[in-house]
Amino acid sequence: MTAAPIAVPLLEARALCFHRQDEPVFAPLDFQLHAGELVLIEGDNGSGKTTLLRMLAGLLHVGSGELRWRGAPLQRDNCAGDILFLGHQLGLKGDLSPRENLRVAAGLHGDRDGISIASALATIGLLGYEDEPVRRLSAGQKKRAALARLLLLPASLWLLDEPYANLDRTGIALVNQVLETHTAAGGAALVTSHGAVSFHGGEPRHIRMQA
Amino acid sequence: MSRPGLTAACSAMLRRDLTLAWRRRSDMAMPVLYALIVTMLFPFALGPEDTLLQRIAGGIILVTVLLAMLLALDAMFSSDIEDGSLEQLVLAPQPLALMLGMKILAHWLTTALPLIVITPLLAAMLHLPAPVIPVLLLALLLATPLLSLFGAVLVALTAGTRRSGMLLALMLLPLCVPALIFAAGAVTAAQQGLPWLAPITWLAAALVLTLVLAPLACAAALRIALDS
Amino acid sequence: MSNWIPLWLHKLSSPPTFYRFAGTLRPWAMALALVFGAIGLYGGLLLAPADYQQGDAYRIIFIHVPSAWMSMFIYAVMGMSAFVALVWRIKLAEVVAMQSAPIGAAFTFITLVTGSLWGKPMWGTWWTWDARLTSELVLLFLYLGVIGLYQAFEDRRQGARAAAFLAIIGIINVPIVHFSVNWWNTLHQGSTVNIFGHSKMSWDMLWPLLAMTLATKFYYAASLFRRTQTDLLSLESGKDWVRQIVNSEAGQ
Repeated sequence: MTAAPIAVPLLEARALCFHRQDEPVFAPLDFQLHAGELVLIEGDNGSGKTTLLRMLAGLLHVGSGELRWRGAPLQRDNCAGDILFLGHQLGLKGDLSPRENLRVAAGLHGDRDGISIASALATIGLLGYEDEPVRRLSAGQKKRAALARLLLLPASLWLLDEPYANLDRTGIALVNQVLETHTAAGGAALVTSHGAVSFHGGEPRHIRMQA
Repeated sequence: MSRPGLTAACSAMLRRDLTLAWRRRSDMAMPVLYALIVTMLFPFALGPEDTLLQRIAGGIILVTVLLAMLLALDAMFSSDIEDGSLEQLVLAPQPLALMLGMKILAHWLTTALPLIVITPLLAAMLHLPAPVIPVLLLALLLATPLLSLFGAVLVALTAGTRRSGMLLALMLLPLCVPALIFAAGAVTAAQQGLPWLAPITWLAAALVLTLVLAPLACAAALRIALDS
Repeated sequence: MSNWIPLWLHKLSSPPTFYRFAGTLRPWAMALALVFGAIGLYGGLLLAPADYQQGDAYRIIFIHVPSAWMSMFIYAVMGMSAFVALVWRIKLAEVVAMQSAPIGAAFTFITLVTGSLWGKPMWGTWWTWDARLTSELVLLFLYLGVIGLYQAFEDRRQGARAAAFLAIIGIINVPIVHFSVNWWNTLHQGSTVNIFGHSKMSWDMLWPLLAMTLATKFYYAASLFRRTQTDLLSLESGKDWVRQIVNSEAGQ
């Protein structure tokens, strides 16, 4: 009987750290993330959660330590388009409608089979607001418009910075549902949140950031 | 799932920026109004004597267009940085240099092209002889993209800093002196009845080189600026 | 044995090591600068014969030409450090590039001012738009742009990288400006272009010039060492080695 092959982790960090003005932003981190996993990153304000997420997305250079994507050092060439990042700034143009914003995103990333822009917007709860300029939407609606990208664009890894902020209870439940669907289909997600993440599939793995 | 090809992505990017500019089309009028007002000031400042104005008309128009473009350059990336779209662009699975090239093209179309369109009007106000105007337009057609491209690299470098427009002007001036010299050289030569093709070809050559290199430099500059 | 130099360079790039290295060499560099400067100025102002055409007015050359050479030399050093800083992210390279900029700007300014003072008796004008003068002025703007961009960033290391990028873009631009202004000058006939009438310089005038050249180089080294030391102290202010130095100096 042969042993099952160990899957290469999607994301692997060894002694990962970032320095700003020569001060380390957080204590060195070690972790692995496999397909189908959801990880919650916890930490107090200023503990470097956003910095970590931006580093994992490839927006920041690796300060020290190693960061590997599917076994190879994380570089734009081998991960572009396979990682979706949702930051504090939502990445939506205020003068365009949610539909137009999604059209641009799909124009650059491509879209998943079987999902259209209209269905993504309907699923995320923006029915009736698809053609309203984003700057006229409420904070919660803007968040939903940004989240619609997750439904539409194909990606293995989601890096979500405070995805629950500004959402009402239905919105929060919707995000959880979307995360479950994503991980069940083999995707992975790293989420930062102040509140608790409740998950039908059980408690997600936690990573605690130390300042 | 299919990753869009380069042409599809380029047209998506171009359409996005042109749509955004059109939604704020009153902003497009600003550089044009600025150029008109500044050009009008010269006859008041120098006296309306035709021969004097004629001699320096070409130079005045070139400098005025340069300054108008300088004013509009700041806006190239500012809104995208504020709302996080630039980050998303950096993360998109398309060559960043090419996407930025499309942004620069859209910016040129909405900033410089209106200026070029009103140039005959500016030329008439300053009594530039009619046969010289086509040469002036050609020179502008080649020099303004150079300004857009250089300006894009510099604006990318200063993305997100607490800076004044003066710093951008200070950095841009050395880079656009050659373009200005060749453009002015062509106009002056045409005005004196001398052959003007040589400086135009130099401008064209510089433009081709810059078209290839500037978007790459812009992408590198942007990555430096966002890396904090 | 063959990897002795890279190892030494790697060690040198560590801030505390460079701090000590710079501290040791700086007094010597300054002393040499003063010695050569004294020799050069004495030789140039008093010993060298008066020029055949210009009389004594040419003597400003002993400040003007070394300054001009330094303005280019420092830009080259700044450019190379900038390249190293961008590619390998070495903090010392960032510091050297950024601290060279003000020194280079100063030499460029001196070049322009002394050139202007020389131009008045020689050409009858304080300024003319010939290729060399215009290129030198553009060089000053480049230096000021680098300094200004560096100051505009909150994060000093990020600012150094952005300014380094600008410095490298500028390097390509300087010959282009020189060429284009040259072309512009020949188009507008009737400009005055005559920097130095002689085709060769006699040895009596040459040796003080060389002495001044060495003096300015040593001065640059001394000034750069001092500035780099100060900047390293400020950049690494939380670290132990800085604390040790401050304590030991406070204890004296």
